Amino acid sequence: MSSTEYAVGKREVHKELIRLRVNGETREVYIPAHKTLLEVLREDLNLTGTKHGCELGECGTCTVLVDGEPVLSCLALPIELQDRDILTVEGLAERGLAHPLQVAFAELGAAQCGYCTPGILVAAKSLLDGNPRPTRDEIKEGLAGNLCRCTGYVKILEAVELAARRMTRQ
Amino acid sequence: MMRLPAFRYVAPKSLAEAARMMADAGPDGMFVSGGTDLYPNMKRLQFDPRILVGLRHLPELQGVSGDPRLGMRIGSATPLHQISLHPAIRARYPALAMAAGSVATPQIRRMGTIGGNLCVDTRCNYYNQSYEWRRAIGFCMKRDGDICLVAPGSPRCVAVSSSDTAPVMMALGATVILAGPDGERSLPAAALYHDDGIAYLAKRPEEILTAILLPPGNGLRSTYWKLRRRGSFDFPILGVAASLCLAGDGTCTDARIVLGAVATHPVEAREAAERLLGRRLTPELIEEAAMAAYGPAKPLDNTDLTLAYRKRMTRVFVSRALRELAGFP
Amino acid sequence: MGNSEGEYSVIGRPLIKVDAMAKVTGETKFADDLSLPRMLHAKILRSPHPHARILSVDTGPAESLPGVHAVLTGRALPITFGILPVSQDEEALAIERVRYVGDPVAAVAALDEETAEAACRLIRVEYEVLPAVMDLDEALRREDVRIHDYGPRGNIHKEVALTFGDVEEGFAEADYVREDAFFYEGSTHLPMEQHAALAACGADGKLCLWSATQTPHYVHRALAKVLELPASHIRVIAMPNGGAFGGKSDPFSHEIVVCKLSMLTGRPVKICLTREEVFYAHRGRHPVQMWFRTGVTRDGRITAMHFRSYLDGGAYGSYGVASLYYTGALQTVTYQVPRYKFEGVRVFTNKPPCGPKRGHGTPQPRCALEVHLDKIAEHLGLDPYEMRRRHLVPPDSVTVNQLRIGTVGLGECLDRVVERSGWKAKHGKLPFGRGIGLAGSAYISGAGLPIYWNALPHSGVQIKIDRGGGVAVFCGSTDIGQGSDSVLAYVAAEELGIEPEDIRVVTADTDLTPVDLGSYSSRVTLMTGNATIEAGRKLKALLFQVAAEKLGVPADRLRAAHRRIFDRDNPAAGMPFVEAAVLAEARFGTLGAVGSYTPPKGLGKYKGAGVGPTPTYSYSAAAVELTVDPETGFIAVDKVWLAHDVGKAINPILVIGQIEGSVYMALGEALMEEQVFRKGVHKIPSMLEYKSPTFLETPEMESILVETLDPAGPYGAKEVGQGVHLPVVPAVLNAISDAVGVRIDEVPASPEKIAKALENKRRGRAPEAPGNGRLPSVVFPEPVVVQPVGG
Ligand SMILES: Cc1cc2nc3c(=O)[nH]c(=O)nc-3n(C[C@H](O)[C@H](O)[C@H](O)COP(=O)(O)OP(=O)(O)OC[C@H]3O[C@@H](n4cnc5c(N)ncnc54)[C@H](O)[C@@H]3O)c2cc1C
Ligand code: SF4
Ligand code: FES
Ligand code: FES
Repeated sequence: MSSTEYAVGKREVHKELIRLRVNGETREVYIPAHKTLLEVLREDLNLTGTKHGCELGECGTCTVLVDGEPVLSCLALPIELQDRDILTVEGLAERGLAHPLQVAFAELGAAQCGYCTPGILVAAKSLLDGNPRPTRDEIKEGLAGNLCRCTGYVKILEAVELAARRMTRQ
Repeated sequence: MMRLPAFRYVAPKSLAEAARMMADAGPDGMFVSGGTDLYPNMKRLQFDPRILVGLRHLPELQGVSGDPRLGMRIGSATPLHQISLHPAIRARYPALAMAAGSVATPQIRRMGTIGGNLCVDTRCNYYNQSYEWRRAIGFCMKRDGDICLVAPGSPRCVAVSSSDTAPVMMALGATVILAGPDGERSLPAAALYHDDGIAYLAKRPEEILTAILLPPGNGLRSTYWKLRRRGSFDFPILGVAASLCLAGDGTCTDARIVLGAVATHPVEAREAAERLLGRRLTPELIEEAAMAAYGPAKPLDNTDLTLAYRKRMTRVFVSRALRELAGFP
Repeated sequence: MGNSEGEYSVIGRPLIKVDAMAKVTGETKFADDLSLPRMLHAKILRSPHPHARILSVDTGPAESLPGVHAVLTGRALPITFGILPVSQDEEALAIERVRYVGDPVAAVAALDEETAEAACRLIRVEYEVLPAVMDLDEALRREDVRIHDYGPRGNIHKEVALTFGDVEEGFAEADYVREDAFFYEGSTHLPMEQHAALAACGADGKLCLWSATQTPHYVHRALAKVLELPASHIRVIAMPNGGAFGGKSDPFSHEIVVCKLSMLTGRPVKICLTREEVFYAHRGRHPVQMWFRTGVTRDGRITAMHFRSYLDGGAYGSYGVASLYYTGALQTVTYQVPRYKFEGVRVFTNKPPCGPKRGHGTPQPRCALEVHLDKIAEHLGLDPYEMRRRHLVPPDSVTVNQLRIGTVGLGECLDRVVERSGWKAKHGKLPFGRGIGLAGSAYISGAGLPIYWNALPHSGVQIKIDRGGGVAVFCGSTDIGQGSDSVLAYVAAEELGIEPEDIRVVTADTDLTPVDLGSYSSRVTLMTGNATIEAGRKLKALLFQVAAEKLGVPADRLRAAHRRIFDRDNPAAGMPFVEAAVLAEARFGTLGAVGSYTPPKGLGKYKGAGVGPTPTYSYSAAAVELTVDPETGFIAVDKVWLAHDVGKAINPILVIGQIEGSVYMALGEALMEEQVFRKGVHKIPSMLEYKSPTFLETPEMESILVETLDPAGPYGAKEVGQGVHLPVVPAVLNAISDAVGVRIDEVPASPEKIAKALENKRRGRAPEAPGNGRLPSVVFPEPVVVQPVGG
């Protein structure tokens, strides 16, 4: 057997009270330091809209925004994110009014199974917030950290373009 | 769900406190900056530190400063994204902006830091695997075992240096600053690396990489060419960093070519660079240099694509990098 | 079942999917998003050996770890299962033998996932390691190492030899006979969602399983069998799948395990596989060696074809027997093949089992065939398009292997991609490094036979109308992202003259919904669509009867659309749908109706004739334009044109979505994806190292819909989810040849292979043989001779 023969029981687990601001709400959780933001969102805050496909940084499915920037929640520690603004897919719509990206994704069929969609939506929001009329290549670059296996990406690109057009028209 | 093994996380307020905390933790401690390299490795139990000392928010490690005419300083906790977009870096040290901008994905470039990138663990597809996988195939000497599965006769680990920015720092002639409990020291970037897949850094475990100093960028041309399967996500399976100075008549007065992902450390292709010195760049000369760069590349069968192919591509990529710098089509 | 009025109010419109808003807001619950009070978490301990005998399992230390509630081994689940009745060769947890690295051995339920994992690491299993066979050749050579003790001999799982007409006579007639070998590497589905399942055994002893499955009905049957419970005490709910592509259509070990753990602990138990475990669950594309021998006349007419396939099946049967037959079934339904011989074999190896991935068993031979035809055209000096175009199967005909052809849109598909891509100006004329390639294909719209023998319908639908005008459609079908819930709503809305948003769709729940066999073999739109039409028309008749009386208009002049029932000749005379519903309920009592669908029987009576027949074939053609970097071998796909005979597009958005997704997946297979092994272990079980294309590899795509209005389909519709994958891969290979003049007879066409082939050509060396260089030596059985029908 190896030196890593690792079991939970062998190691003491310290919990801490952590204050997180998620989708504009301040929430307190009592968690161990090693619990990732992904796990805390899904398991402690019941925000299961954020999905996961690898938990190793290799797919982008778990993307959320931290102070407006796309971050992989599977590699982020809540302990480092206190007092930062965390946005998940559940926080995209405001007062029940869907974000233009959500509407465009629904209309154009950019969500097939919908599993990659939450991560892509928030990544796209971050992109448009910084660059309201991106070119197609800029959208591809901006979303290059998110995999989708259903759509072939084309409808997603079109939906981001449609939302950008609608958002900049007003 | 892949989860992290349990640890205690400490957040020092200053560099000095960070060094002290690490000294207290001893072998149970590790530094973490963005965690984009360390956390996946920890989830696979390649590392299981009991204490993590977080560096990401230390004020001393932030930001890019200085002037390209005199040299620049990059704090080690600066995110790669910021470096790839920095106007002076893009203008004067384009290879660095290109390498930083080619790492992983947009998300990881925002989380990952330049310090972490220079210290990124060496990679091997017998090693970057889950604990259960490694147990199934038999542990190797880099973790938990005592042989090398790639080169069973090898007395040492040959895991691949896979940082995009490391070869660039060497090509640019950068210096790294290390701070330990006993003070600071500086090393040329090349001296940061050892030819050993396990002890791949010359940095002592308790030392913090605090900053990178770039020499003046005047008249320097530089570029970075990265071989990988996909335009995103993938680590380099070959990186070519090249920097040149050309005199007014096109004579090459300085040249550095550094190969990434071909060995346990970034490898300088000295002979190739020497061929260029004092001569005017022509397509023929570039081919000659590229042929000479083929020699030092010694890839092994532990990354994506075959080693014969990766070796063959060094010539192609060195040639392309030099042609780009010479302004040839 | 076309609509004689020829005008639809819902069908054919680009509507949003019924679940679209839920999906873009994060509201949709996938299996791993569920949690129940008192829920435990499960982990599975897997084999570290590709092949070994289990000598002992010691669960003691695991059981005593605090937080552990149950530890399960194979002895508690001795009954075998498998998707096909002929290969019930899987155990929920291995009892005496493990057959691949990742084979489930034991399982733990604990308070949290970390404890369950830690407990798994405390289970001590003693193994006697057995020799492993890791590829086709080894499997055939090492008859002494038997992975299973069934199958004709050695590691042969299944072999088949069929001949239709006298191929030798056909070869004698030919002006040119060509042989080619191909290798198509295995690949996996890589759905973004990792498989997950939650089981809850109630106080009444009844069991409920929520799972990420495409086939709740088959899971239901497997649970009843293995757990020895009456099927009536088990409820299976398929959650929306976060991508599946065939990878969630077997009953899986982890589904059975959580059920058993829940029965043992009396608490809900959930499991979610890690990404690595998903690579072990697999059931993906078989690696296949292939060989074609085809005789043609000078103008490219096929006189005879002989095809051999060698499938590396992995450790268990799964759908393998069907996969094997599928490799040989559909060669005849595109271009006329008057005489055909098929020999094939599937072997067991010590790797995760292969099964159905998009196109199930047909992408490999289709790829080989379309490249083979391209070479034939090249040899004969014919335009590959013209040659294909000239010899299409005629509509309403029967092929030599007794498959009944309905409408055929292949010619139009080829014409359209040729025209849109500018083929004529490009093929053979682009500068070195750039090329264009073409291919055609066909696929089934649902298999003619169910997985297990029965005389029951393949799809059932129940519709209920309440007095508020609400309509609910109940159906066992499973939405895996393709939009099958939406199709139910569209069809019901069309029939009842209301809008899809007025309809509540309840699907994939074995307690509530009539059986549908599942989301596989591209059967759902056609079969559930027809069943919905039947149920809808029954209800419409009742509504029309009361409306006719009230309006004083003959019922056959009524029409239902836009939430009204009205006189077709005088649309002002009508009534709202809700009013008709109330009148009808008053007259007939509670309103409900059922519909079901059973596909027509195939013509063939020979063994194996069950694979291939379908109510109607879909057809596709693809043109691919690409640029090859001759130094590095890297390919940039510039544009893909894909035309698909979908019969009738029920919703063009969904059709185009399936086309684009298939093009993407096919390009991944063509260029980079491979499920490969080294030293007995999966070489790259991660999303980083198993290369799947990103946004940056996305080419431009143009989808062209061809509508042939097939009488077998609802409103004329055929399938779209899988067939469109097929022509893309060979079109890529043909385009590479057009670009740089080398043939890559292997998938994936990775950069190293292309660079190597170019290097060989430069140095005047012979090209490398596909796969490992030679065809396996298999002595096939005497072929079963099948006489053509009527001949
Ligand atoms: C999917 C994926 C793809 C990736 N692709 C690439 C790629 O293409 N190219 C590439 O180069 N990298 C890649 N990476 C690796 C990694 O993300 C980057 O190298 C990143 O820059 C690491 O920085 P970090 O701050 O996250 O490092 P961390 O994970 O925080 O640290 C990495 C190592 O450096 C040590 N360390 C960090 N900072 C310091 C410091 N200041 N002083 C001393 N020691 C320190 C840590 O102890 C640790 O051992 C990839 C990672 C993933 C998950
Ligand atoms: S090179 Fe050898 S020792 Fe190093 S990680 Fe790979 S297998 Fe292990
Ligand atoms: S879950 Fe895949 S990147 Fe986080
Ligand atoms: S829509 Fe299914 S993975 Fe993107």
